[in-house]
Amino acid sequence: MSDEIAVLGVGMHPWGKWGRNFVEYGVKAAQDALADAGVAWSDIQFVAGGDTVRNGYPGYVAGATFAQALGWSGAQVASSYGACATGAQAIATARAQILAGLCDVALVVGADAAPKGFFAPTGGDRPDDPDWLRFRVLGATNPIYFGLYARRRMEIYGATELDFARVKVKNSQHGYTNPNARYKKTFTIEDVLESPMVSDPLRLLQICATSDGGAALVLSSMDYARKHTTDPVTVAGVSTVTPQFPQTVIEMPNFATDSAATQPLPDTPFKDSIAQLAYEQAGLGPEDLDLAEVYDLSSALELDWYENLGLCNPGDAEKLLNDGDTTIGGRIPVNASGGLGCFGEAVPAQAIAQVCEVTWQLRGEVGDRQVEGARVGLTINQGLFGHGSSVILKR
Amino acid sequence: MSSVEKPQIPAVEGWLRMDEADPSLLGTRCEECRTVYFPPERTFCRNPRCAGSSFEEHPLSRRGRLWSFTNNCYPPPDPYVASDPFEPYAIAAVELEAEKMVVLGQVVSGVNVGDLKAGMEMELVLATLFEDDENEVVVWKWQPVAA
Ligand SMILES: [Zn+2]
Repeated sequence: MSDEIAVLGVGMHPWGKWGRNFVEYGVKAAQDALADAGVAWSDIQFVAGGDTVRNGYPGYVAGATFAQALGWSGAQVASSYGACATGAQAIATARAQILAGLCDVALVVGADAAPKGFFAPTGGDRPDDPDWLRFRVLGATNPIYFGLYARRRMEIYGATELDFARVKVKNSQHGYTNPNARYKKTFTIEDVLESPMVSDPLRLLQICATSDGGAALVLSSMDYARKHTTDPVTVAGVSTVTPQFPQTVIEMPNFATDSAATQPLPDTPFKDSIAQLAYEQAGLGPEDLDLAEVYDLSSALELDWYENLGLCNPGDAEKLLNDGDTTIGGRIPVNASGGLGCFGEAVPAQAIAQVCEVTWQLRGEVGDRQVEGARVGLTINQGLFGHGSSVILKR
Repeated sequence: MSSVEKPQIPAVEGWLRMDEADPSLLGTRCEECRTVYFPPERTFCRNPRCAGSSFEEHPLSRRGRLWSFTNNCYPPPDPYVASDPFEPYAIAAVELEAEKMVVLGQVVSGVNVGDLKAGMEMELVLATLFEDDENEVVVWKWQPVAA
């Protein structure tokens, strides 16, 4: 298909709390991706950076920051931000340049050095900023929103703390041998249920930590790719959708939903619409997926994604999990990488890291956690302030 | 409410009717399409099918049904002003029937997640968010309607 592009190379800097500058993580990931692609940095025509907002000005202009660190080469540049969806914004920007014929080969890079503890808003007295106000007025941390969604599953579908704990256990068993993961250990149900409660019903081991890390991709036109490889992984769909009015599910960082009293509801709720567009672009559906990397900011949130992706009907996610369908070896393994439960979140790198994992899986290169015979994989997440993010890859 | 004789000010100017007998959140309503907004919109209507830019004040329903709930077991970071020693507190998402919207709020102290159940009727009350040297800062909180 003419609207596909190739993933020529992928690279990551391991996740952790390394205490170094984010640029270092991004450059290491970029160098690995270039080596993996067999493309020289000087041949890259376009650099798409995923911004970090917690590392000063260099983070706001991440594309140029990485380009300078790799050595000014005259490449064109863009930097973008979409909270947790930042990586998808950068991928979408590079893809549009390639599909428009404006460049043949592009580098996508995202990296972060994260603070300890809860994500807090930018400092100062800013009563016009809902992200500041939600902390000031409600003390509504990110886990508060995750806790609301988790409790809602318990109240309407009868989900239990045990179901949520099983997600964490599954992902730890998937990811503990992943060389790029931060938490290289397996957890038991008891470990999870004995960890301290943070935002009921979610405990410490069910809530994603914040990490340092970096991830990068070399993307190219199909013509360019044919000069380098015979059977590349391709990007068949990229979704960066926003919600439709009225948005009736409470979202970070908001105090309230839109009112649905005067206007018709959209045909598709926001979180369902994210994958829907990627499926439409790829001409594929949930039944075609061999694996999925989803954003388990909390263990319970992974279950919501099963339904938003169309892997099962609303209310059936716990059954899908407990039947082993989403475990490696099952029908549709989810978070074979170990997910955020094994990584912690490095915001602008995470959506790119999801694409790295699916690429390695489709090439059959991941060893212990390989999903055998995988040909189609999907990544999905959502950034606060209304950013959808989904990529479909195939081989 | 506090016994100290400090002036009471709302946590966010213009969001709260500071009437203890009849408190409410103050939203706005678009004069064109009648859509209600909270926090209040005052410039442009966010309904993509409406070009409205005039709004009237619209107090929200004081009662609604509990959509979901959770709590803070640890003190939230700045700019939240946490009590010392910190007392865990619940946060509720409450669905207002007339407005067809869900509004977050802290739950009154003394009511914990074990006391809550989705679908319960909740009522908005005024309560202290924190006190500083000059003022008592007042916020809305959700309280179960006594059965
Ligand atoms: Zn309007």
